[in-house]
Amino acid sequence: MKFLSKCYIFIIFAILYAPIFVVVLFSFNESESLSNFSGFSLYWYQELFRDGDAFSALKNSLLLAVSSSALATVIGTFAALGIARARKKWTKQIMESVANIPMMNPDIVTGVSMMLLFVGFVSLLGWLLRVLNLSQNFDGSYLFGFWTMLIAHTTFNLPYVILSVLPKFRQMDKNLTEAALDLGCTPLQTFFRVELPSILPGVLSGLMMSFTLSLDDFVISHFVSSPDFKTLPLYIYTQTAHEVKFSMYALCALMIVVIAGLLLTVNLAGSIGERKQRKDAHAKGGSK
Amino acid sequence: MKKKFSFERLAASPYVVWSLLFIIAPLLFVAYFAFTDSDGGFSFQNIASLGAYSKTFVMSLGFSLIATTVCFLIGYPLAYCMARTSERTRSVLMILLMLPMWISLLIRTYSLMALLDNGGLISSFLVDHGFEKLNFIGTEAAVILGMIYDFLPYMVMPIYTSMTKLDNRYLEAAADLGCNGPKTLFRVIFPLTMPGVVSGITMVFVPSISTFYISQKLGGGCFDLIGDTIERQFQNAVTYHTGAAVSLVMMILILLSLAIMNKFSDSGEDIIV
Repeated sequence: MKFLSKCYIFIIFAILYAPIFVVVLFSFNESESLSNFSGFSLYWYQELFRDGDAFSALKNSLLLAVSSSALATVIGTFAALGIARARKKWTKQIMESVANIPMMNPDIVTGVSMMLLFVGFVSLLGWLLRVLNLSQNFDGSYLFGFWTMLIAHTTFNLPYVILSVLPKFRQMDKNLTEAALDLGCTPLQTFFRVELPSILPGVLSGLMMSFTLSLDDFVISHFVSSPDFKTLPLYIYTQTAHEVKFSMYALCALMIVVIAGLLLTVNLAGSIGERKQRKDAHAKGGSK
Repeated sequence: MKKKFSFERLAASPYVVWSLLFIIAPLLFVAYFAFTDSDGGFSFQNIASLGAYSKTFVMSLGFSLIATTVCFLIGYPLAYCMARTSERTRSVLMILLMLPMWISLLIRTYSLMALLDNGGLISSFLVDHGFEKLNFIGTEAAVILGMIYDFLPYMVMPIYTSMTKLDNRYLEAAADLGCNGPKTLFRVIFPLTMPGVVSGITMVFVPSISTFYISQKLGGGCFDLIGDTIERQFQNAVTYHTGAAVSLVMMILILLSLAIMNKFSDSGEDIIV
């Protein structure tokens, strides 16, 4: 029975990873074939690095991932503080269920709704400019791009930050906050010196998760972006719309490796932190 | 003390403003577009015209229900087996399960397409061994397989989490009281892991019914699912209103089915307790 269950685990994981391995392997293929590995070559990677558009997509992706995850982490952490300490139960419930909306809603609906918001905003702006006689034919399409993407990515990152920070606030000893305030800390000082250190693991994991989500997102970006501002997934999508491109397999392979590295770092850091905590707890227990 | 409370109350205000502007307002915009025509006048025309898409709705629902069922049938035993391995193996398996969830779904779909490609590894293997050439891309099975492959980890993860939370004493008690293996599974383990199952089903069903890139990539453009319909209608400003109506109806259908499922799982728990 034990053997069977191990076999089952192995088979499912093998199937889960087979396509990923195939892409990584064949991105090193000399020839343009997905079935015959004729020889090792970095040709497709060279091709990829010669591609200026891929580089600008990479730049856009990183810029967007860094800024949206930072923004979401700041807003989300303060939101978690507000939710954790809200005194009325219904305020808490409403804020938490609103936070759940982008997670429950299908991505495509979130994307479409954001797009309609921006379209509505642009046409409202155009109408205002017409009424005020400032400009007769205002074209707001240039507003789509980085800013709309930043708003959309921050919005879908927020619930993940809140979800990872909120439990830390609940676990935290409330007396510490009271003590700091009694001893003369301002609320802001209390937050940075007392509360932030104890919720930091949650904040960091929220930050990492947002960064990855933003780097990966395709569906929502597809609706709120403009042709001039492409992120890596959007670039892969447009490049492979009509034909198979081997340099795109190279790009996919690179992204897979980077994400795997990111995940391993987070997990290693997490397990080291946990071990340290356990050790500390042990030491405390011993000194009693 | 007053100082502190005002700070804590203010802390959430950027988020409140953000969610009003960028979560609530966009949904209102969807409703607004769904109930107006291109001149801005109120109209039921968009909703009324949805009858033309009933086939699309039925097909999407069928595909995603099959994908969700298969994910459950594969995922539940997997979560069960994973929860029964040693702690060290478990932490490795956990990372292996999380990695596909972290990789962009578009990349994973594209990878699966590379493997299943008509000139790909599996197809040429079959040809080499005397089978007929397989044209897998562009079939219903390919689209459903894509959904299963993409979303399987999202089924396994919550079930696995509720499996590891399972108190071993329940199983011992069940065994002591004369439950055999299958009986323990159906009467003790399954009801206790029901919350994980419900969130697993949600996390597979919702993205499968609304996907568009899976059907585009693996369906070879032969299948028009709800997601494809919405995506196409938002390519062109003229059809925004119909697109909004389709999105609104899909969103309501999904919310309804989630509510019904939660109701079922609640009553299920009541019976056990």
